[in-house]
Amino acid sequence: MKKKLLCLALACFCAASALAAEKIKVGFITTLSGPGGVLGVAIRDGFNLALEHTGGKLGGLPAEVIIEDDQQKPDVAKQLADKLVKRDKVDFGTGIVFQNLLQAAQSSFLGAETFYVSPNTGPSDLAGANCNPYFFAVSWVSDSYSEASGKNMQDKGYKNVFVIAPNYPGGKDVVNGFKRYYKGAYAGEVYTKLGQLDYAVEISQIRAAKADAVFFFLPGGMGVNFLKQWHQAGMGVPLFGTGWSFDQDTLAAVGEPTLGALNAAHWNLDLDNAANKKFVADFEKKYGRLPNEYASQGYDAAMLIDAAVRDVKGKVEDKAALRRALEAANFKSTRGAFRFNKNHFPVQNYYLRQVVKDDKGRFVNKTVATIFTDHPDAYVAACKM
Amino acid sequence: MSWPLFAEQCLNGLQFGLMLFLLAAGLTLIFGIMDLINLAHGSLYMLGAYLVASLAQATGSFALGLALGVAATAAIGMALEIAVLRGLYRRDHLSQVLATFALIMIANETTRALWGVQPLVLNVPAALSGSVQLFAGIRYPAFRLLIIAVGLAVALALYFLVARTRLGMLVRAGASNREMAMVMGTDIRWLFTAVFGVGAGLCALAGAMLGPLLAVQVGMGENILILAFVTVVIGGIGSIRGAFVGALLIGIVDTFGRAFIPTGLRALLSPAVADVAGPSLASISIYLLMVGVLFWKPQGLFPARG
Repeated sequence: MKKKLLCLALACFCAASALAAEKIKVGFITTLSGPGGVLGVAIRDGFNLALEHTGGKLGGLPAEVIIEDDQQKPDVAKQLADKLVKRDKVDFGTGIVFQNLLQAAQSSFLGAETFYVSPNTGPSDLAGANCNPYFFAVSWVSDSYSEASGKNMQDKGYKNVFVIAPNYPGGKDVVNGFKRYYKGAYAGEVYTKLGQLDYAVEISQIRAAKADAVFFFLPGGMGVNFLKQWHQAGMGVPLFGTGWSFDQDTLAAVGEPTLGALNAAHWNLDLDNAANKKFVADFEKKYGRLPNEYASQGYDAAMLIDAAVRDVKGKVEDKAALRRALEAANFKSTRGAFRFNKNHFPVQNYYLRQVVKDDKGRFVNKTVATIFTDHPDAYVAACKM
Repeated sequence: MSWPLFAEQCLNGLQFGLMLFLLAAGLTLIFGIMDLINLAHGSLYMLGAYLVASLAQATGSFALGLALGVAATAAIGMALEIAVLRGLYRRDHLSQVLATFALIMIANETTRALWGVQPLVLNVPAALSGSVQLFAGIRYPAFRLLIIAVGLAVALALYFLVARTRLGMLVRAGASNREMAMVMGTDIRWLFTAVFGVGAGLCALAGAMLGPLLAVQVGMGENILILAFVTVVIGGIGSIRGAFVGALLIGIVDTFGRAFIPTGLRALLSPAVADVAGPSLASISIYLLMVGVLFWKPQGLFPARG
């Protein structure tokens, strides 16, 4: 009798799980402490703002977001991903900022056939040969910003460019993206130690090399140091960078030395569409600061999940249908029109931005030109999906 | 290579070396006299930079912020010595490393809680924000020239303090033989506190001078601490003169390594090999220097202990 009851209960349980879920669980692993914590905080704030806009729901169902801090440590990210997938049984994973952390944690999500929506890092292997039916990125491939920078400098007719980047695989990748579109000569190519503090040596070299422009990729604190020292050296050579070095949080922190610098990104404060205007205005109201691209990516990740869950009417167990709904990307992105390529990375515009002072005296990016329109990444051809 | 580039790189090396000296001077005294491995030295540097940046913002004057920040950091350093580190002198080095490593974490999290995760702005005083024409063809940032001047002035002042004053005599006695100095009646406890205060003050000075060049952010101390320890080891533990020479050596070797090894290798090897080997070789050049010094002079260049 007891056995029968148990069977009945189990049967009921199974039947119930085939129906629509009662709530949507999202496992949100991000970097909230340590030097990279600024980025995770921005992504989380953008994600939370989206949830506020949807009334705390995802696709009409109550959302439960479990936020975890990976401390920018790959082993911690891996443990958290295992915990979220196995114990909390989340429906979606998202939030990871850094590529090496995603590489540590991705198998926990993708191996368990749990959808992962990347709000930031976009490793080129996941865009190419290792593309995965459960992986989506609302951001970019890691060399897209430098592709756009290279294209811009090629179009502007620069002939003798000095390139500086840190000496690690990520730095080389970004420079390769730049070289794909910039075909002129190089006044110099310098790879510095990762985490280098003082760039006096390199700035002296740039001065001596008589370059007609400089492209730099120095993420995080390295970029802040470089910009300050560049400013003090009074160089007078045009300086180009990726959008990562000129996000709104950096502009607010560094201030004057960033003025006039040119950079490439897929999003900006001033992009003229209804979703972006609402996002920017409400973000400033809620958090008392202007959003950056990381925050916009967090917002878009939440809105993508919201739209997909709504499209499958809450039946997130039907993975094939959910995948089709995610691929359809039926949401209003802050960057304007949004479309996934077959590798689950966006096909999107990239803009040239310049740091200016706005009418309130704040340092902000102003969109000055469109570099790429509907630009796919360089790896999609290798993706068999 | 042109002569202006060479001269500019010499200035860069000098400036970097003098900043390292400010950090290493305090570290070598604490290490040499108190036999204390203080990993938290970098945290005092960070704290100094944060205090100077905040005080400069609050008062609107870089000089005033600098003076107040250095004094406050020296006071904090002395309080730390009395409250925590005093109990560690008799313990072995492992306990000291563990305890001061804990201090790093406490300092980092406290700083993050008080000031937030964003780097702080510490701007160069307007008069020094540009660059100046030194000789024909050489322009150099004015603030970096100030750093060189401050570094040289501190080196001179420390030399005078250590070689010509009574306090300096006690410091030298403590560094060469602590037990003997105590037996001769030196009040070693207050000497230690004073030395620690001076070391903390120098940290804050370094933080303030580097703050306008580097990001004032949590974790800035750990980056530079390793270089400061290398300086101390090369120069000889406990020796101010050693710290000075060691810091300048490191500044010059690091600068010239970064400036000339990659281009030099490109002339010798194929570009593909040179591009990989050059930057790597440049970044280990100072450690090669350390290995060389330790091989021929295991006690460092100027050992304080006879």
